[in-house]
Amino acid sequence: MPSSHDWINKPLGVVEAMFAQSNSNPEWEAKVLEYFKGQLKEKESHSWVPSLNDVPLHYLKPNSLVKFRCLVQDMFDPEFYMGVYETVDPSTKVLRCGKYKDVTECGVDLNSRNTVTAERQTFYCVPIPGESPWAKEISFLSAARVVPSTSYVPSRQKRSYEEDDDMDTQPQKTKWSLTELQSSSPHGNGDSKRQETEAPSSQTTAPSDCSSHLDLNFPLPGERGPACLVKVYEGLDSFKLNDTLEIYGILSVNPVLTVIVYPYRDPSLLLLNPTESMETPEEQRAHDPPASLVPRLHMLYARPLQHNNPLLPSAPTEDQSAFVSSFLVEMASVRAELLAYLTHVLLGDGLAAEYLLLHLISNVYTRRDVLPLGKFTLNLSGCPLNSYTERLYQIVQQLVPCSYRLSMSLHTMNSMRLVPKKDYVANRLVSGALQLARNTSLFLDETQLEQGQLDSSGVRNITALGNLISWQKVDYDFSYHQMEFPCNINVLVTSEGRSLLPSDCQVPLQPQVTPPNMEEYLTTIHMAQFTSQINKFRVYLSLARTLDYSISDEVTKAVEDDFVDMRKDDPQSVTAEDLHRMLVVARLLSLSLGQTTLSRDGWMRAKHIDMLRRSRTEQQKSLNGNEP
Amino acid sequence: HRHDKTFSPSGDGERILPSEVDMSSPLMYGTPSSRVEGTPRSGVGGTPARQRPDLGSIRKAPQVDLHSEPPSADGAVASEQALGQKLVIWGTDVNVGTCKEKFQRFLQRFIDPASNEDENAGLDLNEPLYMQKLEEISVVGEPVLNVNCSHVQSFDADLYRQLISYPQEVIPTFDMAVNELFFERFPDSILEHQIQVRPYNALKTRNMRSLNPEDIDQMITISGMVIRTSQLIPEMQEAFFQCQVCAFFTRVEVDRGRIAEPAVCRNCNTIHSLALIHNRSAFSDKQMIKVQESPDDMPAGQTPHTTIVYAHNDLVDKVQPGDRINITGIYRAVPMRENPRQSNVKSVYKTHIDVIHFRKTDEKRLHGLDEDSDQKLFTEERVQILKELASKPDVYDRLSSALAPSIYEHEDIKKGILLQLFGGTRKDFSQTGRGNFRAEVNILLCGDPGTSKSQLLQYVFNLVPRGQYTSGKGSSAVGLTAYVMKDPETKQLVLQTGALVLSDNGICCIDEFDKMSDSTRSVLHEVMEQQTLSIAKAGIICQLNARTSVLAAANPVESQWNPKKTTIENIQLPHTLLSRFDLIFLMLDPQDEAYDRRLAHHLVALYYQSEEQIEEEFLDMAVLKDYIAYARTYINPRLNEEASQALIEAYVDMRKIGSGRGMVSAYPRQLESLIRLAEAHAKVRFSDKVETIDVEEAKRLHREALKQSATDPRTGFVDISILTTGMSATARKRKEEVARALKKMIQSKGKTPAMKYQQLFDDLRGQSEAAITKDMFEEALRALADEDYLTVTGKTVRLL
Repeated sequence: MPSSHDWINKPLGVVEAMFAQSNSNPEWEAKVLEYFKGQLKEKESHSWVPSLNDVPLHYLKPNSLVKFRCLVQDMFDPEFYMGVYETVDPSTKVLRCGKYKDVTECGVDLNSRNTVTAERQTFYCVPIPGESPWAKEISFLSAARVVPSTSYVPSRQKRSYEEDDDMDTQPQKTKWSLTELQSSSPHGNGDSKRQETEAPSSQTTAPSDCSSHLDLNFPLPGERGPACLVKVYEGLDSFKLNDTLEIYGILSVNPVLTVIVYPYRDPSLLLLNPTESMETPEEQRAHDPPASLVPRLHMLYARPLQHNNPLLPSAPTEDQSAFVSSFLVEMASVRAELLAYLTHVLLGDGLAAEYLLLHLISNVYTRRDVLPLGKFTLNLSGCPLNSYTERLYQIVQQLVPCSYRLSMSLHTMNSMRLVPKKDYVANRLVSGALQLARNTSLFLDETQLEQGQLDSSGVRNITALGNLISWQKVDYDFSYHQMEFPCNINVLVTSEGRSLLPSDCQVPLQPQVTPPNMEEYLTTIHMAQFTSQINKFRVYLSLARTLDYSISDEVTKAVEDDFVDMRKDDPQSVTAEDLHRMLVVARLLSLSLGQTTLSRDGWMRAKHIDMLRRSRTEQQKSLNGNEP
Repeated sequence: HRHDKTFSPSGDGERILPSEVDMSSPLMYGTPSSRVEGTPRSGVGGTPARQRPDLGSIRKAPQVDLHSEPPSADGAVASEQALGQKLVIWGTDVNVGTCKEKFQRFLQRFIDPASNEDENAGLDLNEPLYMQKLEEISVVGEPVLNVNCSHVQSFDADLYRQLISYPQEVIPTFDMAVNELFFERFPDSILEHQIQVRPYNALKTRNMRSLNPEDIDQMITISGMVIRTSQLIPEMQEAFFQCQVCAFFTRVEVDRGRIAEPAVCRNCNTIHSLALIHNRSAFSDKQMIKVQESPDDMPAGQTPHTTIVYAHNDLVDKVQPGDRINITGIYRAVPMRENPRQSNVKSVYKTHIDVIHFRKTDEKRLHGLDEDSDQKLFTEERVQILKELASKPDVYDRLSSALAPSIYEHEDIKKGILLQLFGGTRKDFSQTGRGNFRAEVNILLCGDPGTSKSQLLQYVFNLVPRGQYTSGKGSSAVGLTAYVMKDPETKQLVLQTGALVLSDNGICCIDEFDKMSDSTRSVLHEVMEQQTLSIAKAGIICQLNARTSVLAAANPVESQWNPKKTTIENIQLPHTLLSRFDLIFLMLDPQDEAYDRRLAHHLVALYYQSEEQIEEEFLDMAVLKDYIAYARTYINPRLNEEASQALIEAYVDMRKIGSGRGMVSAYPRQLESLIRLAEAHAKVRFSDKVETIDVEEAKRLHREALKQSATDPRTGFVDISILTTGMSATARKRKEEVARALKKMIQSKGKTPAMKYQQLFDDLRGQSEAAITKDMFEEALRALADEDYLTVTGKTVRLL
């Protein structure tokens, strides 16, 4: 452990020292950024910085450097602040720096000519919605090894390691059980321990808590964790809504920041401070929540996250390329194991497992005018009822770092807010379940849908889901107009018959086994897996989607010939849409094997499995057609 | 200190009586010498000045000599104006005398012969513009002079710079100048208060996003949309303090929301004896307005910014939520004063704009023809690029291939949509009673599912600024037109407009047109021909403009397009609606090997080409957008003689084709379509004249579309009546024959008042040589019922 952690413990000291040296030369700002960037570049140094995701807020030192893995949920209006100000006390009249701070120290001479007004913007950030418990757990464990700047020592750290080791060596004794998965706790290891490790803001869910009226505006219901107001100073244009970032910044929890919202206003206050009175109580509550619940973070450095899988090196460094090339060797074997696993899970249906695997690594890699390329929405029809889909989701959740299951019951469709909406009274974007990070797995459970009346909001929700699937975009509701936000979400629809939602491909499930007790069956399958094995699957799925891909001229020609031939025999058999899909299948199939170019074999395989799938759907169709 | 918590925001406090106003400031009012108390209310002195809360306090601005240190107190008084040349207002380089003189010269001399602003309608453009406006003020009596900043700039760039940089000081000087000038000219006019100058259109017009700390206290113009307005707020302008001991009173002006409370009574020297008397203090109206940046100005992927705007006095309640406006005002930043006793305060400023001038930009959308609102400013270079592109001989093909490059081929459909994007020329015949001719081109795409119709619609929707996308499945008549909503807060009825009204001047894309309910579709009848929308709901009766082009896509009723059936039979839409489409295209699978190969190549390329490669290949979408916007705004082609002849010939030819077979094959509607298409094609070329080549292309495209959609599958001829009456001529002939046969059969049965339906059907089937379907039988029954020969009730047929 390094001896000095001043840049973590007292970052403001570093900033102030640099400001003092600068003699009002504006270059000092760049130097500060450079310094922190440099410190964080050092090996492992970023793991010394405590994370808001893992450490409860009250254990973190105010004004220390912390990091936060989050999604930009809303962007507030830019604000002007005193970048440099002069103190009012004539005896100690000095210039002070206001950057990276919420409040000024000592009295401020408002009429000073040396005051420099600067601009910054506030982002409202929430933890990445739908982050799987395992992802939280692992990043918690890796971060908890060193927490130098806090007095907080996670008490169960040691035991967890032992447990981990246990799991590796003795798979039969795996702690994992389905019931445990159901709990959405970030650290699902028993309640007694959890109490200690949870961030205090999660208590907002407790009804007795006085702050329960404060809506932290998480996109998904039942989410917990700290929300944060991030003050951004540099590169405002480079950030977009719904970006996932790892933010390094100075934590500010000054109680002055809390605005007490009085139920009624003192008219004399209104007279004296007309600007303040213009904000509605709702707006104040949304923009100035108590700092103890929603801390402020003054950004020094932000790293865009390509993924939030803690098992992969997060930065695109040499580390990563080495990691990738070492994993590529294993790729085919991991794929085979994963396929076998998924086949078991899908009741012995190998084809459906193949498609599920392709779906899990799909990714919108580019857009051509309005057309998103690479999306692969899968409709798994013919799912057995009685909580099979629920179990299936839990298994998917174990594999991907981010996921959400939307049970499409009539009630949820009519009542749930899927599309984010601008609330002009509180002046914020009220989140909806479709405000998700990139590559989140959205599991739409249509088996829950019953017959009945959809009201207007239900129709809007269904339309929104349809748009999401077809165009990979969500139209946010700004009352007077809509605004389109492109997204990149993997949608999996499970249904009894063909889904009412559009999809890129439909696979009717053909169970080969009919276990008498579904729950037991699935639990046994999962228990048979080593944790290390599951971790391999997790790495595999995240890695496969990041690989590059190309098609050689030669193969292009072959594909063209093939298409023409297929059409020659029966023009109805293959349409342009089918070719679209087959090209996506071919791409995903190649990537799933770790191949970055399409081979002829790859194309033939893609064609083959698509033929199998189509014959299955046609078979299904004719079956239904025969019904009276 | 404490003072009463209640006060009356009574109206009488709002207007400041002349005797109460301290007129010693040289900046705000005329020179003291010209002010004579008690004279009749005319002239500069006699007319009360109204405070300008939009400019904030100005008494803080003493004049200083440029070459010496700032004077300690309010050193400069008006009498020093003789030395004026050296004096500037503290903190600026504005000299009151020079500034006033310059502005008066501007008012007296500025002429703008090329003016096309509607505010100047009726003014003689060769006379000094603002002098005419002053005359208007003397007649109308509204003491507001709006000044276009671009005029000031072209007249005197330095004055303009001062105006932008120091509006708080310069505008009062302007006020002073204009009042002197006005009362010199019209000494007898009586105004409610002195004239206030309201500059607008500061060339530093920016969008909200580009406002930065440098703009503080400067004059800016930004555009945006009103999202919220507050209740009226009475704001104290001048506080009235009275000594509790000796009843001596004093007035203190409010400076930026702060009152400097006098600690000592000047009369009796008692400390802390002064109390604020609310109902003798002066208040002015104020309203908070929240403005959001318009969606067009925003970078993708970010949320729109909002800004707080304060409107004062008569600008209160001038705008409503939903209005798109241009605001000219002064940008302010006020430090937060959370708690004065605390030394640690938030280091944040609150920003707002004190509005000086509002200009609604979408005002005219509901009346009159005006495209000003959409006017996009093009830079010289951009226009040059566009014109260069227009001069290329193959511009039409270039543009059509740039349209939705990800969709393969369908060249004619893309061309049709391209012409739709440009639209025809608007013609107004309302004086001759015909009303407007529709200039918008409507297009219907029919075809097999999965032939990228939706994709084409999505593309168009993304391309045009006022595009709307709805699906027939999800939308109701209400969602398309407009509905009345009660605001839960104000209980005010608000008209919410639907997709068709919102896409006024744009394109409304309707997917799954066939899934639309009949009542919803009936709304479209009016829109697609009259281009208006009538609403009579909840006491609101109005007619809104909906000059929208409709681009619709419909799937066949059966899962696949049946080539043995006509278009109408395939999509089951009423012919009354179909005839309102200028072009109806079929998007079918061509099923041809060469096509397949090209398609495959295209798609494979789509999947592995890098983005840069793709961009090189095609025209930039942004260029296409600008090209269309430019042509729509600036190009209004008219038919020349040759083109008219060509159109007449084309129409006569179309009529002739049919008449040979005893049917009508063209209606005036088709001629109108041809004209629109030809005009649109001329617009593509940036040509002011519609020439023969335009007519040729219009003819070709129209013919192509007809060939696809109006071919009678039974005869193989193009038969326009399929679209206009829903039935081909041969089908109609057959229908008449069946009806005749049925009638004959019934007559032959003799006197039977009632017959069984099924019996009759079987009889007819037995009698006829050709196969008679149930549909045909029912049609025949209906035809006979129309003749009042029989009626059908349930399963019985009765003779009449």
